Amino acid sequence: MQSILKIVLQRLGLGIVTLFVVSIVIFVAVNSLPGDFAQAILGQGATPESIATIRRDLGLDQPLILRYFIWLKGMLTFDLGTSFAQLNFANFGGAGTTTVAEQIAPRLSNTMFLASVTACIAVPLAVTLGVLAALYRNTAFDKAANMFTLSSISSPEFFMAYVLILFFAVLNPIFPSLSNIYDGMPFSERLEKSMLPALTLTLVVTAHMMRMTRAAIISLLASPYIEMARLKGLSPMRVIIVHALPNALAPIINVIALNLAYLITGVVVVEVVFVYPGIGQLFVDSVKIRDIPVVQACCLIFAAAYILLNLTADILSIISNPRLRHPK
Amino acid sequence: MSDLLTVKDLWIEGRSDEMWNPIINGCSLNLKKGEVLGMIGESGAGKSTIGLACMGYTRDGVRISKGSVVFDGIDLVTASARVKRDFLGKRIAYVAQSAAASFNPAHKIIDQHTEAPVQHGVSGRGESVEDGIELYRKLRLPNPEEIGFRFPHQVSGGQLQRAMTAMAMSCRPDLIIFDEPTTALDVTTQIEVLASIRQIVEEYNTAAIYITHDLAVVAQMADRIKVLLKGDEVEESDTRTMLSDPQKEYTKSLWAVRAFQRPVKPLATEGSVPVVSVRNITAAYGTTDVLHEVSFDVHAGRTVAVVGESGSGKSTVARCITGLLLPRAGEVAFDGKVLPANYKKRSKAQLRQAQMIYQMADTALNPRKTIGQIIGRPVQFYMGLKGVEKRERVNELLDQIELEPSQYFNRLPSELSGGQKQRVGIARALAAEPKFIICDEVTSALDQLVAEGILRLLADLQDTLGLSYMFITHDLATVKSIADEVVVMKDGKVVEQGPKTSMFTPPHHAYTDLLLSSVPEMDPDWLTNLLQERGVDNIGDAAVNKM
Repeated sequence: MQSILKIVLQRLGLGIVTLFVVSIVIFVAVNSLPGDFAQAILGQGATPESIATIRRDLGLDQPLILRYFIWLKGMLTFDLGTSFAQLNFANFGGAGTTTVAEQIAPRLSNTMFLASVTACIAVPLAVTLGVLAALYRNTAFDKAANMFTLSSISSPEFFMAYVLILFFAVLNPIFPSLSNIYDGMPFSERLEKSMLPALTLTLVVTAHMMRMTRAAIISLLASPYIEMARLKGLSPMRVIIVHALPNALAPIINVIALNLAYLITGVVVVEVVFVYPGIGQLFVDSVKIRDIPVVQACCLIFAAAYILLNLTADILSIISNPRLRHPK
Repeated sequence: MSDLLTVKDLWIEGRSDEMWNPIINGCSLNLKKGEVLGMIGESGAGKSTIGLACMGYTRDGVRISKGSVVFDGIDLVTASARVKRDFLGKRIAYVAQSAAASFNPAHKIIDQHTEAPVQHGVSGRGESVEDGIELYRKLRLPNPEEIGFRFPHQVSGGQLQRAMTAMAMSCRPDLIIFDEPTTALDVTTQIEVLASIRQIVEEYNTAAIYITHDLAVVAQMADRIKVLLKGDEVEESDTRTMLSDPQKEYTKSLWAVRAFQRPVKPLATEGSVPVVSVRNITAAYGTTDVLHEVSFDVHAGRTVAVVGESGSGKSTVARCITGLLLPRAGEVAFDGKVLPANYKKRSKAQLRQAQMIYQMADTALNPRKTIGQIIGRPVQFYMGLKGVEKRERVNELLDQIELEPSQYFNRLPSELSGGQKQRVGIARALAAEPKFIICDEVTSALDQLVAEGILRLLADLQDTLGLSYMFITHDLATVKSIADEVVVMKDGKVVEQGPKTSMFTPPHHAYTDLLLSSVPEMDPDWLTNLLQERGVDNIGDAAVNKM
């Protein structure tokens, strides 16, 4: 167990270093976007003076490196900064301020909710389908499962979304086509409203996980211990579930982690179609108006999600290996 | 008494290149209850295929095209998968060659042991666990109460092989197929496994098919022996007759393999400078020392055999000599001059002088390069030859290893047999025109006849080119046939060294004695006598093991 702890700490350290590097990349990339917030908000009526005033108020006239360290310091103290769009500019007489954290928090929790619902459907479905496809490999079932999942992953997300809306909201009104959830909504209603986007996302992520499960199991079927299991007279189902699956976990876990990360970071299109108030929409809106603090914070959250999920996958793969769990 | 298993005119085909090719051409055998049939042949003879077919099982891409396998009145060839599953594990069990690969790494040994009895409804889990512990005790495994609750990787190879025999016994089957169960083990471990298998098979009156390529082993185990060659039956008779009076030429040639013996050379002259001198080498992997003050010399034109079991540090010595592993202390001298420890700091001329031939010719040759390219590479790298000159030199080398250049120059390694690949490995070493070659278990992956050919070739090359060899092996028969000097290693130390003649005449160091006496002999009573001599009762389970 000592060695596992050591590996985990090493990975965690590497993850933090990666996050630091990513923060530099994000900062440089976001700040080299053409145009800035002052121009975006003033639009046609911008005068050089007003632009300069806003830039000065926001600290945009400071050198890049200085701004990076101010931002980094904020991040390290969990102060994500203040959203430009909500700032109380003396010149504009706006009222109230919102911090980036306040803006992001509800959106992030909505996204996590949708991702969790999707994962609860997609992961068991994909693994079961993968196991069955491996068991009945090269049969009609295997081919049908492959064809169905592959065609759903190959179609654009919005298309799958509209097809689902057509069948489950318009022709058979089972689920609502709009997922406008809000704070304080009861769980069951939330679940019902999120069902169509969750199903759309399930169709998108299942193929990858299912095919990896199938491939990982089939690649083990030629091993001597599988032959041994067969020669013990075990049923084909038991051979696959008890003898092949535990040894195929590492690659499967990794693919699941990748897909979960996608569910958190890459679902803008689905959110737009269903008007789901997730973090993806907030992100795109903020890019549009060059609301740099929000964009940066979102990017960093996305990066952290990727790193954290991959880290978890690594650790789970290590734990799934009995050689590491039970050293000599 | 009626036969337990009757195989009649069995034909088996394998699929390759989109065609079904014959693997077994009409094999027949029968087995009575409690009888042990030895099946012997070189690799590719179809022994394992027949063994598996006796269970009604074929590997992917293999099919039974004709014939019947009748076990207890039921033809396993035509039986449905469900019917066969009822027999497998319960009435017919299998013991595989590599226990390390055939135990599932994800489950504890005892869980795998109880699986067949529980799934077949023979006994409950608790009962089966107790029976497993009892079997482990009978097979003289250390800590029988506790060993089953470990994972396979936590148990040594020889112990795993015995645990697998116990697992095969878990349902008390009528028939067990042993597929080369001791081939991957050291000689001293092999004895323990052989004794265990024989004891348990006798005790429960289990019939067995014992597959091996080792004649001396089969002589200990079988009541009858069947000889196979490339899917054809050569002959079959009871063990003693087969050993004393083989009928067919092929069988006789198998029996004669161990006859190869090099003439004894005079001792190296006093005071001559050895080609390679290993001086007090201590080396470690990480923080664990694996070599302790190892010293020996290799003189010009002579062969030093380094003998020992797996893990004794033989190959580590080779890694230190070639500079792949930096020793913690000690040095290697070539012609009296000390070499830099790291191969990166050695000159091309120094590197050229010492070459290596590897155990697995399969993995030591780049599968995407032709034979000409493989041998041509060192010719160009060390000797600087190009174009026609290079081609001529490669042809010369191919001639030396007795492969026709025009036929083999453009072939890929995959188009060669195991023995031919090993010859290419030899040619590649020769291409550098070295004085000294390290042969790391070069014959252990080969069949006996092929191995003998390689040994003869190495001996001829030594005579014509004046080469010195360091011959790493665990096989004492090989040592007997080719060595001039012997170095015996155990746990990273040299326990004994000297000229071959004195090594093979008593008195020995206790460990050398154990090694020597563990090499199976053709005498069918050898194992019985040896076990008595060592004070291990073959049937009883009280006796303690010697190591």
